[in-house]
Amino acid sequence: MDTIFALASAPGKAGVAVIRLSGPEAHDAVATLCGRVPNARRASLLRLRDGDGTVLDDGLVLTFDDGASFTGERAAELQVHGSMATVRAVLARLGDLPGLRQADPGEFTRRAMENGRLDLAQVEALADLIEAETETQRRQAQRMLDGALGARVELWRADLVRAAALLEAVIDFADEEVPEDVSVEVVALIDKVAAGLDAELAGFGAAERVRTGFEVAIVGAPNVGKSTLLNALAGRQAALTSEIAGTTRDVIEVRLDLGGLAVTVLDTAGLRETDDQVEAMGVSLARERAIGADLRIFLGDDAEGVPARDGDLSYRTKADLTGDPAAISAVTGQGIDRVIDELRRALEDRAAGAGLVTRERHRLALVGGRSALSEASAVVAHGPDLYDVAAEELRVAIRRLESVVGRVDVEAILDDVFSNFCLGK
Amino acid sequence: MKHAHYDVIVVGGGHAGSEAAHAAARMGARTALVTMSRDGIGVMSCNPAIGGLGKGHLVREIDAMDGVMGRVADRAGIQFRLLNRRKGPAVQGPRAQADRALYKAAMLEETDARQNLDVIEGEVVDFLFAGQRAFGVALADGGEVRAHTVVLTTGTFLRGVIHIGDSREVGGRMGDKASVRLAERIDGLNLPLGRLKTGTPPRLNGRTIDWSVLESQPGDPEPELFSFLSEKAEARQIACGITHTNATTHEIIRENLSRSAMYGGHIDGVGPRYCPSIEDKVVRFADKDSHQVFLEPEGLTTDTVYPNGISTSLPADVQAAYIHSIRGLETAEIVQPGYAIEYDYVDPRALDLRLAVSSCENLFFAGQINGTTGYEEAAAQGLVAGLNAAAVALDRDPVIFSRTDSYIGVMIDDLTTRGVAEPYRMFTSRAEFRLSLRADNADQRLTPKAIETGCIGEERRIVFEDKIAKIGSVRESLGALSLTPKEVRAAGIEVAQDGSRRSGLDLLAFQDVRFSDVVLLEPGLSGTEPEIARQVKNDAIYANYIARQMRDVEALRREEGTGIPSDFDFDQLQGLSNELKGKLRAARPENLAQAGRVDGMTPAALTLILSRLRQDSRKRSA
Repeated sequence: MDTIFALASAPGKAGVAVIRLSGPEAHDAVATLCGRVPNARRASLLRLRDGDGTVLDDGLVLTFDDGASFTGERAAELQVHGSMATVRAVLARLGDLPGLRQADPGEFTRRAMENGRLDLAQVEALADLIEAETETQRRQAQRMLDGALGARVELWRADLVRAAALLEAVIDFADEEVPEDVSVEVVALIDKVAAGLDAELAGFGAAERVRTGFEVAIVGAPNVGKSTLLNALAGRQAALTSEIAGTTRDVIEVRLDLGGLAVTVLDTAGLRETDDQVEAMGVSLARERAIGADLRIFLGDDAEGVPARDGDLSYRTKADLTGDPAAISAVTGQGIDRVIDELRRALEDRAAGAGLVTRERHRLALVGGRSALSEASAVVAHGPDLYDVAAEELRVAIRRLESVVGRVDVEAILDDVFSNFCLGK
Repeated sequence: MKHAHYDVIVVGGGHAGSEAAHAAARMGARTALVTMSRDGIGVMSCNPAIGGLGKGHLVREIDAMDGVMGRVADRAGIQFRLLNRRKGPAVQGPRAQADRALYKAAMLEETDARQNLDVIEGEVVDFLFAGQRAFGVALADGGEVRAHTVVLTTGTFLRGVIHIGDSREVGGRMGDKASVRLAERIDGLNLPLGRLKTGTPPRLNGRTIDWSVLESQPGDPEPELFSFLSEKAEARQIACGITHTNATTHEIIRENLSRSAMYGGHIDGVGPRYCPSIEDKVVRFADKDSHQVFLEPEGLTTDTVYPNGISTSLPADVQAAYIHSIRGLETAEIVQPGYAIEYDYVDPRALDLRLAVSSCENLFFAGQINGTTGYEEAAAQGLVAGLNAAAVALDRDPVIFSRTDSYIGVMIDDLTTRGVAEPYRMFTSRAEFRLSLRADNADQRLTPKAIETGCIGEERRIVFEDKIAKIGSVRESLGALSLTPKEVRAAGIEVAQDGSRRSGLDLLAFQDVRFSDVVLLEPGLSGTEPEIARQVKNDAIYANYIARQMRDVEALRREEGTGIPSDFDFDQLQGLSNELKGKLRAARPENLAQAGRVDGMTPAALTLILSRLRQDSRKRSA
């Protein structure tokens, strides 16, 4: 078996970069580079040398024995300085050693699973955990790991199995005392599951938002204080503000962790008719992004061309100038807590509607099941003469749903799962 | 007494034994069928019927492999009915009432005529073993029969106990003695055993039944036969009668429940849910005050009638009382009381896909001893064990059936991976590829396999190849048609006027388009034989679904192709629960597909096994 290696920390400049090795030659490679193999699980500061004896770097070196590492194999970690050149040089040196090669995407995780260190569910959830930026994302991944979707699928499956059993009874016990027509009951069961699938699929959007982050646009007339609000939300000077209307022309994005939710706040150009060509382009872009956002915060009353939708927020601004107690002021901070609070609650409401379906693979399975159910329903309505075909459609539906958590072509799942992993993780 | 040396010995002459002996002999193996008495060959000990839903499929498949059950049943059939006639061909099942005497006689005649097959009368009391390798059997008269391989098909003889009410008697079927020494020998093999039960109804004297007040159920006007070689029913055809139990019947049964062997606590074995005793029906379906009873004559030359639907283990006097409460049976005479039989079975997970005992060499088990019920299930296992016992003896490749090619494959796989919790009976719903595994195409599915295996007679091969050539040429003509919607409509067939051209096969895929409709568009097909036309139509109906299933079929075949070595150690897999490890050890899956069907299996566990297999193979090749 090959010994694999890869950069395990994020690429780019950093204080420290971690290079991971796994496989039978891992310790020999350390000996070649560092002159000796430190005791397992004891961090040692060693000098790494190139093939001609020149120094590559000084780094912390860790080794792990067979059966006592993340992958379950003999392994090592080289913690070197996070310079792109250093990392490149160390990787090149490792690549020159016999029996060593760069890891394929997800290969470390794959080996961990093959050695019984992780199961498939953990692997999928692990991918999400690695990606998680906020508390809600972490919780969503954890919920997946706990099998919440599996439990839901099991309920659907139970109903469909009952529906199939009714059809099968009519087919397999035709000579005995069973009803000849069970279409009404079967259609009722199918409809119930179909409704559940529809609801879950509708929640896919929100669940996906939890994973990828919500987009919130600040919208309003020029100089109403949009950029000032953005800066107040961000707690820093993210956008240039001035008293001159039309200061913001491009769309400025700030990524926030709002009470555990990942949110991208968009500050857009003030909406107004303008002869300035550049500003006009900014206004048009602002409208487009504002309409496409998950939620809009309207400042003032004038938001030409951007319709408000359910759940959008709206405030009057510049309380410091108008003395309006209900308005907010980004300058004095009046009402900003209220904005944050209401925005968080609005987004939390949406996140709460998040379905359990967070992955495209799962969504496709549900969509496939749903369409088989439509077919089954149509065929069952023809009555007992076509029950053989209806039963087949139900079987397909059950199989599709099972593929979310249950039995399917194992190879296919593996390939799908592992292709979603980044190198070295 | 000294006997010749054989390739294959089959112990038992029931449905599994007969089929096993014939299969081995067809393979060219010198075969001995050892049975207590020639008179026991081909006996139907339960109801006198062959086939039905799922079971009819098995008979057709046995026939497609050139087995005997289908031909014998056609010769003995006195009422043929195709069940589910109105539903799709995939779920239609041929069934026949058989004359017991005719069936037995036909089976004996086939057996005597078979080349390579000797019948030896004698009681087998022990196996001959060299270490773990079986090489023959010892008889009660002190004689021995030696062979390369041994097939055991002894039904319910393992600790069989017959119950009639609270009286009990040790024995297999009524009148047979249970073989104690052989049972002890099987105990010595340390195979996992379980206990099952099954029941029979009282047999009635047909002359004492008032048929005039009963509903009559005739057979189909055009009998649907079992064998692809049979042309017509030979025996005179008769009708069955139908009557019903009533509130009085149920009252009598309820009052005497404590005297029933089953409800009086005398029986521990598990009975089949799908074939409940009348006691069970009355208790479990208390809201129903009537159950159907089919009165099935056991033959043309006997007066005995089998009342199907009221099997029982109540005492004889109670049986008489409830029988007499039923319309038409008021003065019916009971020829033989109903009884329940309890017996040990061998957990079939101890067998491999050839039905060979995994822990021994050259020993095969087939039939009811493996936890199944029904003549057809027994015969199909006999076929598999007989073919493979011969294959071992003749040093040929094993003959393996797959879930993707046959009901036989479904059954063998179910038995050897999942075991049984109740007597195993075939249903069409057990076959996930039901739309392609039809009774009507059993020959297309399996006869090529039979030709390749070399277990087929010349006559069948010629008939089959002729039929395939005809089907092929009709399909070719139909496939070559390319018709506009307008042309199709001109022939009186309604299709969407969507501008797309359709072939004759596309048109036949519509439920309501008949072959004769398509002939209008291709007059060259007007001479097509009805049998060929029907086959082409049946294939076309499901063509789209079968195409869609192909992906699943291929995935399954790939998993079946991923073998798990017999010494694979499930215990070493970290991340598997102990419970699952235990189930895997018991089932000993031979491939990944089987492992996936082990009860309680999860995808995570399956990927773990697959990963370990790949890792092992990488290590071996490295």
